[in-house]
Amino acid sequence: MHGTRILQEADRLMTVCNSCRYCEGLCAVFPAMEMRRAFSDGDLNYLANLCHACGACYTDCQFSPPHEFNVNVPKTLAVARAESYAAHAWPRAFAGAFARNGLVISLIAAISVATFIFGFAAVNDRGVLTGIHTGPGAFYKLMPHNAMALLFGAALLYAILALVMGVRALWRDIGEPVGMKTNAKALLRAIREAGELRYLDGGGVGCFNENDHPTDRRKLYHHFTFYGFALCFAATCVGTLYHYLLAREAPYAWWDLPVVLGTLGGIGLVVGPIGLLSEKWKRDRVLVDAQQMGMDTAFILMLFLTSITGLALLLWRESAAMGPLLALHLGVVFALFITMPYGKFVHGIYRFVALVRYARERQMMAE
Amino acid sequence: MVDLTRRFDVLVIGGGNAALCAAISARRAGASVLVLEGAPKFYRGGNTRHTRNMRCAHDAATEILTGPYTEEEFWKDLLLVTGGQTDEELARFMIHESKDILNWIVEQGVRWQPSLGGTLSLGRTNSFFLGGGRAMLNALYRTAEELGVDVLYDAEVIDLKIEDGMFLSAQLKQPVGGRTEVRASTLVAAAGGFEANIEWLKQYWGEAADNFLIRGTPYNRGAILKMLLAKGVQEIGDPTQCHAVAIDARAPKFDGGIITRHDSVVFGIVVNKHAERFYDEGEDIWPKRYAIWGRLVAAQPDQIAYIIFDSTVVTSFMPTLFPPIAGATIAELAGKLELDPAALEKTITDFNAAVQPGTFDHTMLDDCATQGITPPKTHWARRIDTPPYLAYPVRPGITFTYLGTRVNKQSRMLMKDGKPSANMFAAGEIMAGNVLGKGYAAGIGMTIGSVFGRVAGREAAKNARN
Repeated sequence: MHGTRILQEADRLMTVCNSCRYCEGLCAVFPAMEMRRAFSDGDLNYLANLCHACGACYTDCQFSPPHEFNVNVPKTLAVARAESYAAHAWPRAFAGAFARNGLVISLIAAISVATFIFGFAAVNDRGVLTGIHTGPGAFYKLMPHNAMALLFGAALLYAILALVMGVRALWRDIGEPVGMKTNAKALLRAIREAGELRYLDGGGVGCFNENDHPTDRRKLYHHFTFYGFALCFAATCVGTLYHYLLAREAPYAWWDLPVVLGTLGGIGLVVGPIGLLSEKWKRDRVLVDAQQMGMDTAFILMLFLTSITGLALLLWRESAAMGPLLALHLGVVFALFITMPYGKFVHGIYRFVALVRYARERQMMAE
Repeated sequence: MVDLTRRFDVLVIGGGNAALCAAISARRAGASVLVLEGAPKFYRGGNTRHTRNMRCAHDAATEILTGPYTEEEFWKDLLLVTGGQTDEELARFMIHESKDILNWIVEQGVRWQPSLGGTLSLGRTNSFFLGGGRAMLNALYRTAEELGVDVLYDAEVIDLKIEDGMFLSAQLKQPVGGRTEVRASTLVAAAGGFEANIEWLKQYWGEAADNFLIRGTPYNRGAILKMLLAKGVQEIGDPTQCHAVAIDARAPKFDGGIITRHDSVVFGIVVNKHAERFYDEGEDIWPKRYAIWGRLVAAQPDQIAYIIFDSTVVTSFMPTLFPPIAGATIAELAGKLELDPAALEKTITDFNAAVQPGTFDHTMLDDCATQGITPPKTHWARRIDTPPYLAYPVRPGITFTYLGTRVNKQSRMLMKDGKPSANMFAAGEIMAGNVLGKGYAAGIGMTIGSVFGRVAGREAAKNARN
């Protein structure tokens, strides 16, 4: 017996799949399944997070609905995956944030933006808020750099702490031997497989999304999103280093590294989320966990808003709109940071943990 | 919408591997092609949806095959499994053509992968479809549709108009749209066997057929085969025979596919409803032992049997869909199986007493045998004495039938008088009996389907042009 109804169903499916094994070549889930004859809650949470939802096993399965065996692995594992996010959330009190995630994230984002706008208005004169500021240190007329660094540093550190605690709980749940954390080979392999989305390709032809014609679009848009995010993050890091090491203050010229990285990343974070959202819209409902739509959409929109407000700030930073745009952008980024451990963002982290474990398991099988 | 008022160059009846290979090859040769699949879209493809590999000859190892499998070796294997019941000329032709199929099928969008876990014995001879038979079918359908082949589902053919060995038209019945006469210059019949037609099976098996489970879809009813034979096509293959394996008695009546199979016979004993053993469980190694048990169980009362083993061997075979039925004692297990406890205890006690010492090795014919009981267990005999005691109930699972239409090397049907038909071709299970008179070798059904499907499509297209 399993802890939840969905894990019970996942167990039933893995038992069907383990006596078939036709999908062994499609992704990591089925080879990992074959290493077991029975499935604990932790095993199923591991397999759920290992699944990239490419949909190939559904289209290829001779037992998918309307067959009486009713095998729908992508959807079942999607539900189990979402439940595993809530089950491992830290602190436990915030686990409920996953249930109506779209609403929660929108509220936090709205409050955060409003706070920055009113905060700027309250602290500064009206003239400062709507004034035109240029040259180094222009942003900090509205909010001192140290205050900004402190606030966002704290938000980011909190997010990291909450994510680490969540990963720790998942790690224990899936029964990972402690020693493997230091296994560099498995780690590198997982990094490569995550970086290239090795298992989001239906075993080679592409993802199954709206029909049984495979495409690489989801993978492509995910790459835009992920690498866009990474570039934006890099831009922030470079900016921070400039500030403290070189004493060079933002805003920077268009050709300077933080702006180039941020612009490229921002473009990725516009194209990627729009693409992902449109693919999600078209996706065959039979593959989708409807409960998760709010969470997925909220996260994609947050990424989109981050980039679009950042790009707007870049374009109009020398106009009177700079103050309100800065407040808007900082509000969105702040909300993104503090909600990261309680939304779709965790999928990347948890899936990576599952990939590390899979790499290690394969190593142990080969030894 | 498919325009059914036009006259097609090639009409393909059926929707599996053979049908799609025929449709694609005919279309590539320039013909207009209509495929009529009797099943709904989900169940399209007949037995192909449950397959996983194809046996093709090759002279060297490939990315996914571990070593060469020459035409001669393939031929010898075929000779062995059929006991010579094969048309040598056709069989050798098929084996030769199979070499090229390895590449041709990839050009049609199908992808290969190395042999699956638990099938290492096939790693050299058989190429596995990535994602299994339904993935293969999906690829063939995509290719056919991209090439402009018209496909209709739920398209039941209820009559064929044939005069003097010449196909004229087919009477199509659809759930919406009713009856339509479909005209075509040539016919490719690739509509499979009659394994899902219990009434037909009863002609040879009597009431026992009611207890058979059918491993494929309920749509393999042999209607086209019956029409063709009734309209002058020469038959081939033993009508009374079908390929049957032992599958779990708890499996659904139809379409349980591969996952209901049991390969645990060698690890225990098999008893019938009287709790008596009836055949040497250790006679031969896989796959032969796998292929005979359907027939053996079919001959037992009520067509039911029980594989009985103990807890020491549970992890020796693939995990099963249905869990074994367990009992702490033999008597408890017998109770759960509704067998006479005393009879089962006696059978197991007698068996245990007859087991001789030996060195167990399930990969070869080992020296673990019984002495002094009938029937003996000649290999892999070990005592059943470690509770919990476990059992799988099994019934005959019918895979395919052997009766078919006679064809020549063009895949062209031959009429009863021996003359080739003017415009009718056959491919796949409906003509498998030409090559496979009896027995079975893994993946050969797909070879027959792809090779003769491709040939039939090409020849039909050529025929339609003339």
